[in-house]
Amino acid sequence: MATTGAETQHDSSTHAVIEIPADEHSVGTFPPFDGATYASQLLWLAITFGVLYWIMTRVALPRLSGILEDRRDRIAGDIAEANRLNDESNAAIAAYEQALAEARNNAHKIALDTREKLKADIDRRRAETEKGLSEKLAQAEARIAEVKAAALGNVSEIARDTTSELVEALIGKAPTATELNKAVDTAMK
Amino acid sequence: MANDPISQFKITKLVPIEVGGLDLSFTNSSLFMVATTAVVAAFLILSTSGRGLVPGRWQSVAEMSYEFVANTLRNAAGNEGMRFFPLVFSLFMFVLIANLIGMFPYFFTVTSHLIVTFALAMLVIGTVMVYGFAKHGAKFLKLFTPAGVPPVLYILVTPIEIISFLSRPVSLSVRLFANMLAGHITLKVFAGFVTSLIAAEGLGIMGPVFSILPLAMTVALTGLEFLVAFLQAYVFTVLTCMYLNDALHPSH
Repeated sequence: MATTGAETQHDSSTHAVIEIPADEHSVGTFPPFDGATYASQLLWLAITFGVLYWIMTRVALPRLSGILEDRRDRIAGDIAEANRLNDESNAAIAAYEQALAEARNNAHKIALDTREKLKADIDRRRAETEKGLSEKLAQAEARIAEVKAAALGNVSEIARDTTSELVEALIGKAPTATELNKAVDTAMK
Repeated sequence: MANDPISQFKITKLVPIEVGGLDLSFTNSSLFMVATTAVVAAFLILSTSGRGLVPGRWQSVAEMSYEFVANTLRNAAGNEGMRFFPLVFSLFMFVLIANLIGMFPYFFTVTSHLIVTFALAMLVIGTVMVYGFAKHGAKFLKLFTPAGVPPVLYILVTPIEIISFLSRPVSLSVRLFANMLAGHITLKVFAGFVTSLIAAEGLGIMGPVFSILPLAMTVALTGLEFLVAFLQAYVFTVLTCMYLNDALHPSH
């Protein structure tokens, strides 16, 4: 598209050039097709492009590739260092977690031991106390039984005396001991 | 003179030199070739003088152009193609900066002359042929006998391949030359409309009013021409890389 544009422009403008009186060294041809300038253009292109190529190969490109190379190395080195540090911190975290788990286990064990020991101590004391108490209880019970028996013995004697007194008061004659015992025993059953 | 769109391509002698009847004068074209080389060299050397690990603005542009050309070459011709990197990079920078310098008003566009673009194209094709024959010898001619084609068809395919090979320097040089020439002529023509409309006596006050249209067109075309200046340098480089790929791997 651009090419056809160039051609049409070229056609119309060539006429314009021909109409206009040419200056000193334009021979009236379209400048890009003026063969008289070719030698000079080729020579100077060769010189300038040669110099450019020389500067590129000697100075500019080695320097640029050096900069890029350095950066690539530096980045690779930094990434390796970062990975190493990351590994280290991971190892440290693992060690810390292991230590934490061990400490937790130890603490658990100590708590368990202490509880066992205290429980045993408490049980022992309770057993001692209970033993003492049951001894005292047995003594008290024996005493009560004794007192009770004694009291019960007194009751039949009082009953007999009272009965003898009553019977004597009623009939004027005291009952015999045998009758009295028989009557009291029957009444107390 | 001001409205003549061709005068911008005229070559004028600055320092007349003549050797053995051959006119080798230092001309305005030569001056802008020198300027192109100077700009490229100064830009690349000054911007990288700090050798910054973290690039500044200019160094970053220099690195971008390096990576850009390197990637283009590597994609087209593989890692072996990197041996031609200085040539391809020099070509790209030379054409690009020559095109861009030509965008300044009153400046000469080196690449608007067919002989210059043709010389650059011949440099590429010459490199392809010399390297191709030096490395592969007669096997380089496999370029004209594509693999996977029945031998009978070679009668047909080989002439086509030879013609396409021979037309490469022509298409490579004419594409760049014609784009730069056409672009600059178009710009000049539209810019000329602006002054002729303002100066036109028959239109009176309407002349300057109408001149806004070609002025807007000129602004738009200037933007387009900057794009074309870059694009043509890129196209020249990509095609160079593809032709160099043929020199490296003749059997496609």
